[in-house]
Amino acid sequence: MSTAIADRAPASGPESIQTFTVTVIIRRFLPGIDLEPRWEDFDVEMLPTDRVLDALHKIKWEQDGSLTFRRSCAHGICGSDAMRINGRNRLACKTLIKDLDISKPIYIEAIKGLPLEKDLVVDMEPFFDSFREVQPFLIANSKPKEGKERVQSPEDRARFDDTTKCILCAACTSSCPIFWTDGQYFGPAAIVNAHRFIFDSRDESNVRLDILDDKEGVWRCRTTFNCTEACPRGIQVTQAIAEVKQAILRGKP
Amino acid sequence: MSDKTAGTLAPHRSRTKVPEGTLYRGREGMWSWVLHRITGVAIFFFLLVHILDTALIRVSPEAYNAVISTYQNPVMGVGEVGLVGAIGFHALNGIRIVLIDFWQVGTKYHRLMFYTVLALWLVLMAGFVPRHLMNVFGEYWVG
Ligand code: SF4
Ligand code: FES
Repeated sequence: MSTAIADRAPASGPESIQTFTVTVIIRRFLPGIDLEPRWEDFDVEMLPTDRVLDALHKIKWEQDGSLTFRRSCAHGICGSDAMRINGRNRLACKTLIKDLDISKPIYIEAIKGLPLEKDLVVDMEPFFDSFREVQPFLIANSKPKEGKERVQSPEDRARFDDTTKCILCAACTSSCPIFWTDGQYFGPAAIVNAHRFIFDSRDESNVRLDILDDKEGVWRCRTTFNCTEACPRGIQVTQAIAEVKQAILRGKP
Repeated sequence: MSDKTAGTLAPHRSRTKVPEGTLYRGREGMWSWVLHRITGVAIFFFLLVHILDTALIRVSPEAYNAVISTYQNPVMGVGEVGLVGAIGFHALNGIRIVLIDFWQVGTKYHRLMFYTVLALWLVLMAGFVPRHLMNVFGEYWVG
């Protein structure tokens, strides 16, 4: 047994791991230097296990330190690295390079519809403003029974399980054609986070239904399903919006 | 600071193949919406003209007849194919959108429904177009 491993060892040494070269074309914008965004290409050596985020790191660390992007957890949890990769919104840290077509260059640009600040970084404030506006927190004025916690049955919990998974990455909102042309639209992410509390049996407020029953609220949704396809958490975003639409028509969750 | 540093800070002109961003690669849902919008706007302009020419009959029947007779030509005949195509798609896809909003599992089957819309639309056009073009061009062929 040990000889077999010894025999194989040279073959699996670091130098023999199959690497490949990919061309990454990034839409750069350096404020104060660039008058308008421009595309710039980089060639990077990648391993089959590498993700788009690793490519960005390699470029930043080895080729051009001025490349700017957001990332924090690198594991699909913090939601800071949503970007448009080959024309679709994804998390750079959850997109394996080998899952893309590497015979062609990989195009990376910032998400659309939010003000571009630098390279792949956009101003997220309008996005978070809409999020705050739907009051994404438990509103309950009654005292919990026996002064303890608010009990919820597993079925009631399951009612809004899908929308608890949101990491506020903005992939959905910035994939929405309506949001691109009408920045006033609340956007899918805000509606998803409203859904999470609208259908929570412990929540006692109907205020979110009033907030979203607006011409810039759920009625702006034209069911293009771009949001559902973009969501890195697999949330059925369009379904959640449809449920909120119906709750508004009923006047209750 | 040296000239070199100043040089690197000079504004870059974009030197690129695709100066604007790439086209968002949405799927069936997005394209059905794009088609719905285009056909909707086209139908709106048709209705505008249609209401105006129909209103002419109250002004003078002769003027109405004169306008309508200018429509009796092959170019308009082909245009009518486009009009029926646009209305057909808009109507069928409209039903799909209603189902997405009001049918419990509508969002799950939206893609299937889109292809159903396309199939029904093809059937509709296959029934209409040959017959219609025969009417339009028939008199030319017969003499
Ligand atoms: S719903 Fe999905 S795509 Fe939208 S912000 Fe939340 S995690 Fe991101
Ligand atoms: S870096 Fe945290 S989600 Fe990608």
